[in-house]
Amino acid sequence: MSSSTPASGTESARPDFESLSVEAASVVTQRTAWQRVKANVSARIGGGVITLLVLISLLAPWLGTVDPSLFDPASRDLRPGEVGEITTLEGETLKHRFLMGSDSFGRDIHSRVIYGTQVSLIVGVATAVLALTLGVVLGLLSGYVRWLDGILMRVMDGLMAIPAILIAIALVAMWRGSLLTVVVAIAIPEIPRVTRLVRSLVLSIREEPYVEAAISLGTPTWKIMGRHILPNTVAPLVVQGTFICASGILTEAILSFLGVGLPPDIPTWGNVMAEGRAQFNQYPHNIFFPGIFLALTVLAVNILGDGLRDTLDPKMAKRG
Amino acid sequence: MDSTPSTAPILEVRDVSIALPPGGDRSSAVSHVSFTVGRGEIVCLVGESGSGKSVIAQGVMGLLPKTLPVTSGQILLQGEDITHAPLARLRELRATRMSMIFQEPMTALNPVMTCGDQIDEVLRQHTPLSAEQRRDKVLEIVREVLLPDPERIIASYPHQLSGGQRQRIMIAMALVLDPVLLIADEPTTALDVTTQAQILKLVLDLQKRHGTGVLFITHDFGVVAEIAHRVAVLRLGDLVELGPRDQVLRRPEHAYTRMLMSSVPTLRVDERPVDTSAPVVLKVQGLDKTYDDRSWFGKRRQVHAAKGVSFEIRRGQTLGIVGESGSGKSTVARCIARLIDPSAGSVLLGGAQPGEQAAEIATLSASALRPLRRRVQIVFQDPYRSLNPRMTIAKAMIEGPVNYGLSQASALERARGLLDLVRMDASALPRYPHQFSGGQRQRLCIARALMMEPELLIADEAVSALDVSVQAQVLKLFEEIRERLKLAMLFITHDLRVASQVCDTLAVMSRGEVVEIGPAHQVFGAPQHEYTRALFSAAPGRDFAFGA
Repeated sequence: MSSSTPASGTESARPDFESLSVEAASVVTQRTAWQRVKANVSARIGGGVITLLVLISLLAPWLGTVDPSLFDPASRDLRPGEVGEITTLEGETLKHRFLMGSDSFGRDIHSRVIYGTQVSLIVGVATAVLALTLGVVLGLLSGYVRWLDGILMRVMDGLMAIPAILIAIALVAMWRGSLLTVVVAIAIPEIPRVTRLVRSLVLSIREEPYVEAAISLGTPTWKIMGRHILPNTVAPLVVQGTFICASGILTEAILSFLGVGLPPDIPTWGNVMAEGRAQFNQYPHNIFFPGIFLALTVLAVNILGDGLRDTLDPKMAKRG
Repeated sequence: MDSTPSTAPILEVRDVSIALPPGGDRSSAVSHVSFTVGRGEIVCLVGESGSGKSVIAQGVMGLLPKTLPVTSGQILLQGEDITHAPLARLRELRATRMSMIFQEPMTALNPVMTCGDQIDEVLRQHTPLSAEQRRDKVLEIVREVLLPDPERIIASYPHQLSGGQRQRIMIAMALVLDPVLLIADEPTTALDVTTQAQILKLVLDLQKRHGTGVLFITHDFGVVAEIAHRVAVLRLGDLVELGPRDQVLRRPEHAYTRMLMSSVPTLRVDERPVDTSAPVVLKVQGLDKTYDDRSWFGKRRQVHAAKGVSFEIRRGQTLGIVGESGSGKSTVARCIARLIDPSAGSVLLGGAQPGEQAAEIATLSASALRPLRRRVQIVFQDPYRSLNPRMTIAKAMIEGPVNYGLSQASALERARGLLDLVRMDASALPRYPHQFSGGQRQRLCIARALMMEPELLIADEAVSALDVSVQAQVLKLFEEIRERLKLAMLFITHDLRVASQVCDTLAVMSRGEVVEIGPAHQVFGAPQHEYTRALFSAAPGRDFAFGA
């Protein structure tokens, strides 16, 4: 028999029975989730690009950048690669190569895009974490507390009926733009989808025999939720989280582009694009470079999400 | 080796091997298997799960996925090599020369087409008949599979029919073009025992009338005894024994076949001593469970899942509840374990120790019930879903006792002792459930239940999902445990053979009611109620003495 069984030691007293039974062969050694993720091409590509982006955002000061808020009227509208000068806050004037050109204020687009990576990644991850946390709490309540279910679900239905971008715009307009308000505004429209997902997972997991076994073992309800139900929702939630992250990054860019997101002095891809919009015909680099970063990031996160779904959530994965 | 030398075989499987995708536990699903099916002959392919029996059927029909290629050998249908036949040719042959019926008729039929249209589709594909002629033929075949009111049946959708009726439609569809070969892949496994008996009889009748060769795949030796002419036994992709039914079943040559045959539980009717002085552990009286089927619109419907169920179990004894699906046997078990709340009636637990007050657990609130929960433990049917996949065995086993205040260290100590009792090694503790086979998991579930030192152990179809050899071992384990720990056991099963092995007292349930209850040997030996008699006479292979 190819696979060894842990019980073979004690049961060898009846070798005939045991060695003939095909039962032992039904144990297929599975690889761990991490090993499966590592072997998945999509997860590797997406994960690789995201790691690169994280490195870029962490190493921003050493990547040929200057302070992204610096501007110099003498270096307005430079083409990518041109050398111009830029004045620091101390009044010092430096020679600087504008790798991605400059905008109509004379700011270095390269510096703004690279620092913008930080903002985008923070917004994406924070939105996902916030939406997942609230969604998990509401979903658990909805799936476990029956009288609350109807009320919560109708509220969520109502929330889902309003376009996400409209809710976000309204919320930011109410609170004035800052990193926190933008993250909250983007996360709120995502909550209903997470809640629905968690609720449906809870409803199916709570019928599993191992949950019923826990009930008859006298395990209190809150422990059942935390120990038996929640851990078994992790895989689909991680997958959902990546998609929220991607759409959060996009929504933040849209809000900034529309001028209702983060204030213009914070370098975000959306802000850079918004400022370059007017001169798009003469100076396409204003939009081109942040656009490339935005597209690449969202694509990478989505590819990672697909890879995670295929490996962690076999029920949702396409059969290959 | 062929027992029907008069005619050439309809199906000849010659030295066929089918590969498994790399990375599995073995390299081939089936290796070098040869057998034949003659005209009018029923050949049973038997084996436990993973033996490759269904793969052979798919190979014959040309239904194998690309990941399972036929790597050697030939499959001949009436002399024509169809091993690597092009899809177009296979399509011509399917339904006209060979056809297949499946285990689950609900998923094998298209839910959005009427049954008549689905049979008609076969005719439309393969015959030049006019609509009128086709309709006549559909009605004729529906009559032949003994479905009542054919006009209504062909206008019905699959969900409007019962499981047995759906399987009859499948059979009608398979036989409407009078193929020479019928492949039946566990066609009665999803059906109740009485329905199974009818379907088996139907297959036998039709096969005899049409002279069809049948390749019948099953794991159930009762079914084999009932219908097979010849039997092929598979073990992990190898054909270990092939021969006429009586020879294989009565004088098996291969050690594996002998082991399988000795594992099949016998229908025992011998009297066993019952200690009527033992204290009563559980007393159920007038237990009722009704489900309200309430929808926002439309009528309220009440479903009576259990009606006035009464019985008692004494210490060290086993009460079996047998019945078909929907009879309410699991509802009763779950009411007693208070996984669902009974609608009415009384469940008295305990009073076994002198001076101890019996506890009424039917009506207790959740918090008042908690201290009593440990006294009733339950083992479920599906060992793959009974253990949390994200918890180690150690954590799963100590969860219950720790809930009741036992320290982790002493709980682990108890776990080691119980693993020994269920004949598992203590090395199982740090492992996760997926590292164990079905039978091992069921042992672990039993050990987990025993961790609570319960007075009553409920086994809800606890051996039904297991292969026959594993089932025999787990049944033996239940017996040992009951004797050693002097437990009261409530054993729920649909399998009469299993029930006769372990039960002292037997209750037969039908439509939510206990129709007969008494000492097992009496109920088996001289069943009083009409339903009990029907149930017993439907048990496949009842005239065959297995487990000798």
